[in-house]
Amino acid sequence: MRTANSSGGGADEKGVIEGVLSRHGHDATRLMQILREVQEGLGWLSPSILTAIADGAKLPRARVEGVAGFYHFFHTEPLGRYRVLWSDNITDRMQGNADLMARMCKKLWLKAGNVSEDGLVSVDTTSCTGMCDQGPAILVNYRPITRMTPERVDKVVDLIRRQVPLAEWPAEFFLVEDNIRRKDALLSHDLAPGDALRALKSPQDVLEAVKASGLRGRGGAGFSTGQKWEFCRNAPGTGSSPAHYVVCNADEGEPGTFKDRVLLSSCADLVFEGMTIAGYVIGAKKGLVYLRGEYRYLMEPLNEVLQRRRAANLLGKSVLGQIGFDFDIEIHMGAGAYICGEETALLESLEGKRGVPRKRPPFPVTSGFLGQPTAVNNVETLAAAALIAAKGAAWYKTLGTAKSTGTKVLSISGDCARPGVYEYPYGVTVAQVLADCGARDTQACQIAGASGLCIAPAEFGRRIAFEDIPTGGSFMIFDNSRDMFEVARNFAHFFVHESCGFCTPCRVGTTLLKNGMDKIHEGHGGEYDINDIWRIIRTLKTASHCGLGQTAGNCVADTLQKFRPSYELRLNVHEFEPAFDLDKALSKMREVTGRDDPGAHFHIAHRKSKSGIGTKAGDEA
Amino acid sequence: MNASTSAPKRKLKVATTSLAGCFGCHMSFLDIDERILDLIELIEFDRSPLTDIKHCSTDCDIGIIEGGVCNAENVHVLHEFRKNCKILIAIGACSINGGLPAQRNSLDIRDILAAVYAQPGRGVHIPNDPEIPLLLNEVHPLHEVVKIDYFLPGCPPSGDAIWKFLTDLLAGRTPSLGHGLIHFD
Amino acid sequence: MSNGQDTKSFFLDDEEIPFEEGQTIIQAALTAGKYIPHLCYHPEFKPHGSCKLCTVRIDSRTITTEDGQTVKIPGRAAASCTTPAQAEQHVESNTPELLDLRRTLVQMLLVEGNHFCPSCEKSGKCMLQGLAYDLGVMSPHFPQYFSKREVDATHPDVLLDFNRCILCELCVRASAEVDKKNVFSLSGRGNTKHLICNSESGKLGDTNLAATDKAANVCPVGVILHKRHGFEVPYGQRRFDTAPISDNPVQYAPVKEQV
Repeated sequence: MRTANSSGGGADEKGVIEGVLSRHGHDATRLMQILREVQEGLGWLSPSILTAIADGAKLPRARVEGVAGFYHFFHTEPLGRYRVLWSDNITDRMQGNADLMARMCKKLWLKAGNVSEDGLVSVDTTSCTGMCDQGPAILVNYRPITRMTPERVDKVVDLIRRQVPLAEWPAEFFLVEDNIRRKDALLSHDLAPGDALRALKSPQDVLEAVKASGLRGRGGAGFSTGQKWEFCRNAPGTGSSPAHYVVCNADEGEPGTFKDRVLLSSCADLVFEGMTIAGYVIGAKKGLVYLRGEYRYLMEPLNEVLQRRRAANLLGKSVLGQIGFDFDIEIHMGAGAYICGEETALLESLEGKRGVPRKRPPFPVTSGFLGQPTAVNNVETLAAAALIAAKGAAWYKTLGTAKSTGTKVLSISGDCARPGVYEYPYGVTVAQVLADCGARDTQACQIAGASGLCIAPAEFGRRIAFEDIPTGGSFMIFDNSRDMFEVARNFAHFFVHESCGFCTPCRVGTTLLKNGMDKIHEGHGGEYDINDIWRIIRTLKTASHCGLGQTAGNCVADTLQKFRPSYELRLNVHEFEPAFDLDKALSKMREVTGRDDPGAHFHIAHRKSKSGIGTKAGDEA
Repeated sequence: MNASTSAPKRKLKVATTSLAGCFGCHMSFLDIDERILDLIELIEFDRSPLTDIKHCSTDCDIGIIEGGVCNAENVHVLHEFRKNCKILIAIGACSINGGLPAQRNSLDIRDILAAVYAQPGRGVHIPNDPEIPLLLNEVHPLHEVVKIDYFLPGCPPSGDAIWKFLTDLLAGRTPSLGHGLIHFD
Repeated sequence: MSNGQDTKSFFLDDEEIPFEEGQTIIQAALTAGKYIPHLCYHPEFKPHGSCKLCTVRIDSRTITTEDGQTVKIPGRAAASCTTPAQAEQHVESNTPELLDLRRTLVQMLLVEGNHFCPSCEKSGKCMLQGLAYDLGVMSPHFPQYFSKREVDATHPDVLLDFNRCILCELCVRASAEVDKKNVFSLSGRGNTKHLICNSESGKLGDTNLAATDKAANVCPVGVILHKRHGFEVPYGQRRFDTAPISDNPVQYAPVKEQV
C-alpha cells in the first residue's frame, strides 16, 4: 500500500490508472469500478488522478469529480492509509459504539472525522454496515470487523500504529457470521447448483409459474415479480445495441437489514440461478449484481462462485448446452450510498453516474440499464424465483398468506437474546418473532428500517405481510430501557447523510428535521419546534422526488404519536393559559372568609403579554 | 376590555427600535409623510427613537423592530420587546434574515476583529471595556431568538408598504401587501 | 368536453386545458396561459423535476361515508413539470395546501443559501425572489444555515457567487446540451451538494466558458453574473417591480426545439 499523501503524478500513478482504465476498456459507464480500483491502488482520488481518469474515459472532468464527490467511499481528500469507519446505526449505538470510538480516537490522538497529522489514519462514522447482529462493527479500508470490544479496539490501534498491512491482521477479526436462527423453505432448500435450471421448461412456462406463484418483490415495495418480468420481456430493446438486462439489487442499505449478506454468503448459487432464470425469461444475456460497498469483502468469494458456475456450464454460452441460452453475470460494487438501493438510482450508478433517482415514467422494465428493458430484483426475490422454478408454483403458494405467498427472511437485531436471520412464512405475527428471538420487555419494534414503521406493544399482534406490515427484512427491537426519541434522532441523522440532494424538500427538509431533533435533544425545544417538525414531515412526504424523502420523516412521525413522552420530557416551554380565570375561582371563598391576603390570590392569573420562545425569567433590562 | 362598540377606542401603544440595522426602516417609516397625523390618532409611541423613551412600558401593544441580532445588548432589548409587546413585527431585511450585517457570517469574528484592530507594529488590541456589548459569533434574524408575529420585508420597506401594513393591522385585518409592496430589497 | 377529436384535454383547478401528446402538465398549462409556479423548469429545456415548486395533486376524490359525511381523499402529489398530461385528469394547483407547500419550499431554499437581496445584482429579476413575492413569503421562517460558500471571480467576464445557488442545474444542462462544453457539474450529495466547474483547479477562469454561452445566461438567481453589468435597471423599473412572476404565463410555454 502506498502512502495516502502521495499525490504527485509519478509514473507509478499513471501506470495504475492506465492499467485500470484498460482493464475496463476505457468505458465511461464503468466509472464506478474504475474509481474504486484506482483508489484501491493509489489511496485517494487527487485532482490530477481525476483529470487522468476523465481523459482516459473521455468524460468531462467535472462529471468524474461529481461522481467521486457523490459516494461516501470515494475520497477526493487524503483520508489516511487506514480509514476506520464505525457503523453508526442505532443498534451499534445500543451496543456502545460511541464509547469505543472515543477510546479509539483517544488512543490515536485523533478527533473523529479528522486525519492524523502523519496521514496514517482517519476515524469516522458511517451509515449502517449491515452487521447489526454482531456489532458494534467497523470497516477498516472497507473490510468489516465485527464485535468490537475495548480489547479489540486496543489491538486495532496497535496494528495501525505498527502499520501492519491489513492482510496480516488476525483472521478472526474479519469473521462475519451468518447467524441463521430459523430456516424455512428458502434457507433450508436442498437444491444443488443447476437443479433449478435443469427443471426449466419454456420461458413462457417459467413466467407463468412465477406469476402463478404470487411472488412479490422482497425489497419491500412488493411489486409482482411475474408481472415485472412480463413487462420487461415484452418491451423491445432499442438503439444500436438492443438488449435486455437482469439486475440484482444487493445494495442492502436499509438500517438494520443484513439478510441479503447472509443469502449471498450462504445461498449465492440460488441467487445467481434466480438471475439466470430471470435472464432466460426476459431474454437477457447479461446480469449485473449491484453489491453495496460495505460488502466489498464478498466480491472475491462471489466471483469464485461465478467461476465455478461458468466451469459447470451454468453460466456462459449455451447454458446447460441449450443453444441460444447465453447468460453471464458480473458484479458491480457500490461505494457507500443508501440511495442506490432505489432501483433507478442504482441504474444511474451502474452506468457510472451520480446515484440520483430517475424520473418515472419510463420505468426500468422498458428503459433501464443503458436505456434497455431491465428487470431489477432484490437478492431474496431472485433466490425465491429459483426455488419456484425448481419446485413449482403450487407448492410455493401453500406457504404464506393469500396475498403474500412464500416466506420472508428477516434480519433481527437490537434487544433480544438471539439476533440474526430468521425465515418465516408470511403472516407471522410480530409477537411470534419476538418470542422466537428471545426479546423481553419490548417497548417498540422498528420494522422495514429507518424508513419503515415503528410499532408499540399494542400492535405486536400485527403480521409481517404485504397486507399488513410490509418489510424488506429489517426488524430492530427496543426494550424498555431504550429512549425512542434517540432512535428517531439517529434515523433523522441517517437521512441527512443519505439524501442524494436532488430535490429541494429532501435536501433541505432532512437537515431541518435533524436540526429540530437536535434542538429538542439539547433541551431547547418547545411546542413551536414540534409544529415545525410536522410541517417538515408533511413537506417531505408530499413533495419529495423518491421514496427516501417521502419516508424520511416516518420514524419521527411514528414516535411523536406513539412515544410522545420521550419528546415531552425534553421540551422546556410549556405555554398554556388556564381555561378559566384562576383568581376568580377563589372569589366565593374570599367572600365568605373575608380574606384578601396574598395567599387568597393567584398572581399568575393575568400575564401582561405573550412570552416568546427563548424568553426567560430575569431577562428584564 | 369594554365590550361596548360605541366606546372610544383606546390608542394602541407602539414601541420601536433598531438593533443591528441602519435606521433606514425608521427613516422609511417617516416616509408615510402627512399620514403620520392619521396614524397618531390611532397610536401613541412608547419606547422609540422618536420619543427617546428608554424602556418599554409593560403594556405595549405593538413592537416594531428593525435590524438583526448582532450583539448581547441586541438580545436584551429584543427580550424586553417580546416581554412587553403583544404583537412583535420584524421590519426590514436585516431583522428577517440578518441582512447586510449577517454577511460577516462567512468570516470568523475573531479574524475580523484581528484585522480591524491590528495596529502597525503594536499588535492587536481588541476593545474589552465591559460597557461595550460583546458581539455574537454570528448575526441572527429576530425570529431565531424570539417568536415574531409578523414580518415586513424590504430594504427598507417603502412608506406605502409600511402604511398598508399598519393600517391593516390597526384595523384588525391580517396584513397583506400584494404585488408592488412586497420587496426584499 | 374535448375541443375536437384530435385534441385531448385535462382539468386544471376545474378549468379545461388542451394538451398535445407527450406534453407534461406544466407545459400544457403554461401554453394555455395558466401559471404554475416553478424554478428549475425552463421553456427551452426538457423538464427536470428537482425544485418541486410545481407540485400539484392529481385526481383527488370526494367520497361520501356511511354516515353521510363528505370526505376528500387527496390525489397523488407529483411535479407537474415531469408528469405527462393525461386526458380527463383532474389536477389541482391553486389550493391552500399546495400554496403552503410551495411557500415552505421557497423558505427552504431561502435558508439553505445566503440570499441577501439588497446586495444582489439579480434583485428585481431573480426568479426565486419573484416567486417568493407571488406566494407572499414574508420570511424564511426556518433558521438560516449561513453556510460558508465561495465567490469565484477568476473568469474575465463572468462572476460566480455560489451563495445564491439553488441547485436547479439549468447551467449544467445548458452547458452540456446547448453549448456542448460541460463547464458545470454537481458534486457532493445531500446538504453538501454543490456546483463545480470543469477544471482541475476548480476555477471558472480555467474553463472554456464564454459570456455568450447559454450556460452563462440561464441562471434564474444571482449565481452566474456578468462582470461590469450590475444594477443597470433602476429600482422600480425592474422585471418584478413592474409585473408579478405569474403575469403572462405564456412567456414560460415550452419553445418548439427543446433540448
